[in-house]
Amino acid sequence: MSNGMKTLTNGILKENPTFALVLGMCPTLATTTSAINGMSMGLATLFVLVCSNVVISLLKNLIPDKVRIPAFIVVIATFVTLVQLLMQAYLPAIYDVLGLFIPLIVVNCIVLGRAEAFAAKNSVGLSALDGIGMGLGFTLSLTVIGAIRELLGTGAIFGLSVYSDHYASLIFVLAPGAFICLAYLMAVMNKIVKK
Amino acid sequence: MEYFLIFIAAIFVNNIVLSQFLGICPFLGVSKKIDTALGMSAAVTFVLVLATVVTYLLQKLLILWHVEFLQTILFILVIAALVQMIEIILKKVSPSLYQALGVFLPLITTNCCILGVAIIVADPAQLMQKLPGGGVLIPNLLTGTLYAFATAIGFALALILFAGIREQLALAKVPEAMKGTPIALLTAGLLAMAFMGFSGVV
Amino acid sequence: MLLSLVTICVVAAAALAGIYSLTEGQIKKQQKEKQQQAILKVLPDGAEIAEPETVDGLTVYRATLNGEFAGAAIEVSEMGFGGEQKIIVGFDQEGKIFNYEVLAHQETPGLGDKIVFWFKNAEKPGQNIIGRQATGKFEVSKDKPAEPENSVDAITAATISSRAFLKAINKAFAAFTDGAVEAHSGASKQVESDKEETEVNNE
Repeated sequence: MSNGMKTLTNGILKENPTFALVLGMCPTLATTTSAINGMSMGLATLFVLVCSNVVISLLKNLIPDKVRIPAFIVVIATFVTLVQLLMQAYLPAIYDVLGLFIPLIVVNCIVLGRAEAFAAKNSVGLSALDGIGMGLGFTLSLTVIGAIRELLGTGAIFGLSVYSDHYASLIFVLAPGAFICLAYLMAVMNKIVKK
Repeated sequence: MEYFLIFIAAIFVNNIVLSQFLGICPFLGVSKKIDTALGMSAAVTFVLVLATVVTYLLQKLLILWHVEFLQTILFILVIAALVQMIEIILKKVSPSLYQALGVFLPLITTNCCILGVAIIVADPAQLMQKLPGGGVLIPNLLTGTLYAFATAIGFALALILFAGIREQLALAKVPEAMKGTPIALLTAGLLAMAFMGFSGVV
Repeated sequence: MLLSLVTICVVAAAALAGIYSLTEGQIKKQQKEKQQQAILKVLPDGAEIAEPETVDGLTVYRATLNGEFAGAAIEVSEMGFGGEQKIIVGFDQEGKIFNYEVLAHQETPGLGDKIVFWFKNAEKPGQNIIGRQATGKFEVSKDKPAEPENSVDAITAATISSRAFLKAINKAFAAFTDGAVEAHSGASKQVESDKEETEVNNE
């Protein structure tokens, strides 16, 4: 059980996909214009990550080594399309916002990376936990970045106004703000971890 | 003239890396030296244009057979296969070119700007939004390919500029916590800010 | 080796086909609902909406209230700052703007994306277009239109988005005068509207 706990928390803190592994930068920068957008993207990725980890872990003995990567990609792409269809059907507003970045979960290095590095070598249960941990870590980072950008850029968090947007600096919602915000967050994380 | 505007729009105004956030991984990963940045840019340009043409035609088939939902799976497989093929052909035909680009090719499959541009070009509504000229240009294979090519140049420009800055940055004194990715991201942010100056040009 | 890969592909495709057929109806319904709601929002309450028709290349939904012509909703798109703005505008029978809805846009968050509500702020008459008589010549106040009734205040720091938006409204109004009104109220009105247009051109 302690092994399971370790696997679960590993992705959230020690090997946080965004801050420690620096993977999946495209959605991290592009979809964090607000806390809710960041969180939606994180949850969509979490879903794909858990599903693909479980399926790949189940299939690991059936897939020949040589076609491993294409097989993994097919599995991942299937779940991504699944998310795409379900979101389009039941959460059209969020689908409109995230748009292109939903199909692009396929090429998010975290998903393929975890499939290759973890699910292909471990049991189904552990792989699922790893998927959940990594997915939560990713969701958490995206939500935090989204919240900070939203707060600095529009004076609100999750759409709730905190201070007047007269004093907000819009640049944080725009492209440069994404880079700058992530840069400082990463520096802060480095400082904390080093200590 | 409108065709020329495609280039201005895709390279400067809506730069794929600095304003669309596609292809960030190679942008941060292979930008430490100008040489590698040049190699990566060339490889991306090559694959991007080729992949866009192939996936554009493939999308027509998907629509014909009413299986548009297979888009993501098929596109990523085609891109992966294409990259493999290019690798094999290059190895045979031009070993010197293979030497220069070979190392970058496997990385390209998971470069999201390839899949991203392929998806944009395959969907007329999305491509329409990227074409400047107020509706003079219509989404088709020609404008799609030009857009892909222009995007690749935009990627190359951002990557090479960034590599140039990072080469200098390596010599600068940077606070301990900011070393590595944070300072690179901060630089990218300033670059993105500079590119924002182009907004509204087209 | 190849067999297992093919099997995986086939299973994946089959699974997706299943999910697709399950969600297809819902997706279509959602899209239709979104469109339908937008049309209803930009036309007077209780109006009956006719089948769409095409005028000047734009989709027009004519509305009738108790059997009388009550205006029309017109779908229009225009290249904005970040991409295409897709707008649906409702005019009442006299060509006053009843309401508008932005269906899709690519404008900058925090700046240009204010088109969604900026032009329907009743507290700020300078920027509000709801209830105003459309002239087909709306311009942002910065561009100094000759007649004050054509002047609309642009979104702060998003003039290009605002210009595109007003251009779209003007295009919609042109379609309104060209087709939506005259086809309903008979040929005599058409001559009138034609006359109006030549006059406008002469100015």
